[in-house]
Amino acid sequence: MAKKLMKGCEAIAEAAIQAGCRFFFGYPITPQNDIPEYMSARLPKVEGGCFLQAESEVAAINMVYGAAAAGARVMTSSSSPGVSLKQEGISYIAGAELPCVVCNMMRGGPGLGSIQPSQGDYFQATKGGGHGDYHLIVLAPSSVQEAVDLMHNAFDLADIYRTPVMLLADGIIGQMMEPVEFHEFEKRELPAKPWAVTGYDPNGDRKRAIVNSLYIEVDELQEMNDRLQARYKEICEKEVMVEKYKTEGAEVIVCAYGTVARICKSAIALCEEKGVKVGLVRPITIWPFPEKALQEVMAQPSVKRELTVEISAGQMHEDVRLAINGSKPTDFYGKPGSYTPTAEEIADYILKTREA
Amino acid sequence: MVSKVTIDENRCKGCGLCVRACPKKIMQLSKTKLNEKGYHPAEVIDQESCIACASCARTCPDAVITVEKE
Amino acid sequence: MKTVFKKTPVLTDTIMHYCPGCGHGIVHRLVAEVIEELGIQNKTIGFVPVGCAVFGYKYFNIDCVEAAHGRAPAAATGTKRVNPNNIVFTYQGDGDLASIGAAEIVHAAHRGEKITTIFINNAIYGMTGGQMAPTTLVGQKTTTSPYGRDPEHCGKPIRIAEMIATIEGAAYVERVAVDSTPNIIKAKAAIKKAFQCQIDRKGFSLVEVLSSCPTNWGKSPAEAMDWIKSDMIPYYPLGVKKDITNE
Repeated sequence: MAKKLMKGCEAIAEAAIQAGCRFFFGYPITPQNDIPEYMSARLPKVEGGCFLQAESEVAAINMVYGAAAAGARVMTSSSSPGVSLKQEGISYIAGAELPCVVCNMMRGGPGLGSIQPSQGDYFQATKGGGHGDYHLIVLAPSSVQEAVDLMHNAFDLADIYRTPVMLLADGIIGQMMEPVEFHEFEKRELPAKPWAVTGYDPNGDRKRAIVNSLYIEVDELQEMNDRLQARYKEICEKEVMVEKYKTEGAEVIVCAYGTVARICKSAIALCEEKGVKVGLVRPITIWPFPEKALQEVMAQPSVKRELTVEISAGQMHEDVRLAINGSKPTDFYGKPGSYTPTAEEIADYILKTREA
Repeated sequence: MVSKVTIDENRCKGCGLCVRACPKKIMQLSKTKLNEKGYHPAEVIDQESCIACASCARTCPDAVITVEKE
Repeated sequence: MKTVFKKTPVLTDTIMHYCPGCGHGIVHRLVAEVIEELGIQNKTIGFVPVGCAVFGYKYFNIDCVEAAHGRAPAAATGTKRVNPNNIVFTYQGDGDLASIGAAEIVHAAHRGEKITTIFINNAIYGMTGGQMAPTTLVGQKTTTSPYGRDPEHCGKPIRIAEMIATIEGAAYVERVAVDSTPNIIKAKAAIKKAFQCQIDRKGFSLVEVLSSCPTNWGKSPAEAMDWIKSDMIPYYPLGVKKDITNE
């Protein structure tokens, strides 16, 4: 298929449809409006497709809950303040073990923040976000093409593990145009959905379907939580995605995700010009975090230190520190809010802290 | 009229709404029996006067009453 | 002998957790009887709320979804849009629908969503222990209005049926009560009409049911039914608030 120049949000929406998403419920918020707008134009033209603009993010995520309960491939998208509103529903979806995809085009916070890009929702995305012991699988693309490619995976992972999956991108990914190619994807074997509410026939073979996250008995709630934790363990073992870039023989390892990781690649080139070997570990799944990959890279004798770069106050840096666990020095560069660092700044910082 | 009111005693919570609803005033909460849950279940004290209107059953919040007639 | 009345198989055999004399049991039964009579058990999906009816999925012998507090109309919308041939209803109390879920119910009606809502108005929060609801009557004592509801402080009770009736997308709205056998029979007829409205794809339908909460009202089951008649019905008049099902 030929490459096409597309805006990130629109490419993500198209990729979702190509991945079999037929239901979209959303609410306007900048900078992700191109997703619902695209969906509103395309889904009615796709067989069985339905776009509906909800009265709020709260309603939208609950529509997702209902559609997922009925067995559909369903998605919503929003941006930071809107995703905060969706957290209640996401917790219920996780508790009821339903598959769905939630896209967050991160903007600056806290509060109303800004409409510029940010990575300030890392904690919210990777640590659960709402109440209770749960995780989302969180995919963090660093280009429009990667966002498109991950979309297919997102829906499959949601179905396989009966869990909400989040595509977490900074606003830059959503707003910039890049050439993209829509590939044919290998069809994975997906589990049937006998748990979906489609109508109960008392004379039929299927049990009565009850979609629920209420387990009032301690033992039953424990059983549900054990089931979730076992699933998360399996996800951590099987679904970690990470890019290692020029890590072999590097002196400094930079850890960054999303757009920032691309800027870091330019910074690495600048350092290379100065004769300093810097490598990058880029988590593609930020939950599960690529702990082992980072540990392996850091264990190389050549590696002296690690530097995490984020558009936040150092949220992913906490996971990096947990992974490195004091074995080597680690540092953070970045600012909270919406300030996107330049390659020059990052390179300067690497070179300066190296001399120190 | 020959009629029959059957009360699923162990499901009855003894709320007495059937007693209130009966137009013939032929129901009461048992003064002697206690069911598994510890409630005094409803009972019919004069079956022969029953007109099988099912007012009791239509009022019962726990669906414990069956009404039949010839 | 001929059966005049027996429990519908659309209710499971599970003993309901409701207090003795609670109106929820009556309304559950009416909804289940309507589903049986319309022959729609195998395509009806029930959405139960947060509140006393939270365990509704144990009692309705149909596929069920437990929704977050107040969100049942949104969740039901999702399911109905996926399978428009399903008959989808929400069963919600007054805390769930009239307070935290006020936006969701208004917009389900506003979209003319082809779903049915059974709204239980018992003028109180039952499950959490008898707190004040938006529907609590003026002067009524609850655990969070211990001196009686003061309209100067927290307004007057909200009339949901009348409010929903003003919305274009609502096709059928009626208020009924379960305080007496004749009213229970009328309530069932209203519920049946509301489901028929959905089957005929006329629009959104809602039946508000004035129901009793003997425990939190501090009354016997019989006194509670009398209080619906003496205190609730005068403020919440019964009857059809909107019906465009023949248009």
